Amino acid sequence: MTTKKKYPEKWTELNPGCMVFEAGSAKAHKTGSWKAQHPVWDNRKCIKCGVCYIYCPEACVSRTEEGYYAADLEYCKGCGICAHECWPGAIEMKEEEV
Amino acid sequence: MIEIRWHGRGGQGAVTSVEMLALAAIEEGKYAQGFPSFGPERRGAPLAAFNRVNTHQIKVRSNIYNPDIVVVLDPGLIGLVNVADGLKAKGILIVNTTKTAEEISRILNFKGKIATVDATKIAREELGAPITNTTMLGAVIKATGVIKLDSLKVPIEHRFGKLAGRNMKALKRAYNEVKMSNIN
Amino acid sequence: MAKRVGMEVAIAAAEAVALCRIDVAAVYPITPNTHIAEHLAEIVADGKLDAEYITVESEHSSISACCGASGAGARAYTATSSQGLMLMHEILPIVSAMRLPVVMGLANRAVSGPLNIWNDHSDIMPQRDSGWISFFAENGQEAVDMSIQSFRIAEDPEVMLPIVLNIDGFQLTHMIEALELPSQKEVDRYLPPFRPLATLHPDKPVSMGAYAFPDIFTEVMKVKDSVLIDSKKTILKAWDEWGKQFGRWYKPVETYKADGAEVLIMTMGSMGETASIAVDELRAKGVPAGLVKLRLWRPFPFEEFREAIKGAKVLIVCDRAVSFGGPGGPVAAEVKSALYNDAGRPAVLNFLIGLGGRDVTVENFKDILEKGVQAINKKPAGGYIFYGVRE
Repeated sequence: MTTKKKYPEKWTELNPGCMVFEAGSAKAHKTGSWKAQHPVWDNRKCIKCGVCYIYCPEACVSRTEEGYYAADLEYCKGCGICAHECWPGAIEMKEEEV
Repeated sequence: MIEIRWHGRGGQGAVTSVEMLALAAIEEGKYAQGFPSFGPERRGAPLAAFNRVNTHQIKVRSNIYNPDIVVVLDPGLIGLVNVADGLKAKGILIVNTTKTAEEISRILNFKGKIATVDATKIAREELGAPITNTTMLGAVIKATGVIKLDSLKVPIEHRFGKLAGRNMKALKRAYNEVKMSNIN
Repeated sequence: MAKRVGMEVAIAAAEAVALCRIDVAAVYPITPNTHIAEHLAEIVADGKLDAEYITVESEHSSISACCGASGAGARAYTATSSQGLMLMHEILPIVSAMRLPVVMGLANRAVSGPLNIWNDHSDIMPQRDSGWISFFAENGQEAVDMSIQSFRIAEDPEVMLPIVLNIDGFQLTHMIEALELPSQKEVDRYLPPFRPLATLHPDKPVSMGAYAFPDIFTEVMKVKDSVLIDSKKTILKAWDEWGKQFGRWYKPVETYKADGAEVLIMTMGSMGETASIAVDELRAKGVPAGLVKLRLWRPFPFEEFREAIKGAKVLIVCDRAVSFGGPGGPVAAEVKSALYNDAGRPAVLNFLIGLGGRDVTVENFKDILEKGVQAINKKPAGGYIFYGVRE
């Protein structure tokens, strides 16, 4: 893996208008460390409607092979919107363990 | 350089008059300015508009205080506005009125040249409305020679389209009917 | 071929912008820019220009729409005045930071309060530090020419910055005068199509306007400053080529009878021509008076300015805005700081004139110049004067 500079060293190395030409570069920022709680799915209650997937503001919820849903905890900020929106009540927010 | 001040009321087309005159002068290869009194305009309220005409580039961009020519589109403005204000002693006052030059001179206490024409009557007969802005252009041309009558053809046609012919006819009548008087 | 026409300057400016084949216009009408907005809308509605005229609900939206349109690769134009520009203020530094070459025609008008719709420069001065290139037009011809030049300069790959073209409200915008309108062919020859650095397109994703931590913000500001300063090279080149093609030459600082002048008067915008008549009259009487006209406000042309005023004993700066509780007029403050390290600098007299549409006549300029002549031998007290204020 090549080591990438976090910032340009000199002002002359900045892109014009600070444009970011690399698509999906936000992936480098792992926001999972922000969360104080995380979502846990109870697939017995899940009806596979995908509401959690649609509402996740971080877009870290994705569909599993079985058609259920799971969050990528490296990016999940623990906001709880998925649990709030899940009307069958299949998602429970659990405290992070110490 | 010739400076002209037009007096009219909001909606009577004084701004169109200055536009037509400026465009005609520019058409002749001269330099000209045409501008309204800067600010809001209210329909019916007295207003003024201005022209400068010159053979070379006009640099001055301040207001006109001592015009060479004053044109009054609406007879009702006399007595309401001091139309002769700042008009040069050797200037020309051109008035749409049924009164004589002597009467106008007495009312305004202006001793310079006065030209009178009943533009309202001409406009009513030729245009079917008492809008005297184009009609009075004819009187201005006859009284001052600031532009040629033919130079107005292009701008009037461009501005009035189908109504251009009637406007040209009205202003030609005013050109012929204006009465010049020199009271000293 | 260019044709000589009689036209209202606002209409002519709109015609010039249309000749630049803009893709997007987002203009919210406000006095005295209204005729620019109306005429551009008319040109688009009549099908004479293949452009999107976005009817916005405010100036904050018009500049934002231009920002987005320019990011998507469109040649975008807006125009405003006074309060409209104040409402745009929030977005202005963003457009320049994102290097989006939006062009704005500003029909200069006093800012409230009290409410005043007439001409002065109090709208542009608070935007001074927004990172935009800022030009001042002196007459209708310059408003036309500089509208076209602005797109070419703004979109130059070395520049990629927005430009605001100051056109004095009423004194210029509402004036019907003689000017030359270039032909479409001539404009096409001068102005190449817009080639954006990147566009907002899903096929080649980019992020514009990402945020900057303290670790990098200083570097970003350094770039912003440096690009704006360097834009002068491109401006000079674009003006040179304009001169070669159209025979009308533009300089950052214009001088008139400044050679050997002991007293110089400095103006911006439409007052230059009126002041030149006063200079002529004083010169005819043997008074060594001259005129300096600042056409390029940002980037400030330090070099050209120093060259223009060389040898003068008194420099009169006419400001059309007030820096309340500060050093007087913003232009004079600028000029004084530019001269601070010059040993042979002239005395600077600062007059605040033409505020909120107050007329300034040839006689006024003569009076001001004569006050300058008196200052040759008697060093002025400094400070600034509200010219003609009733006391």
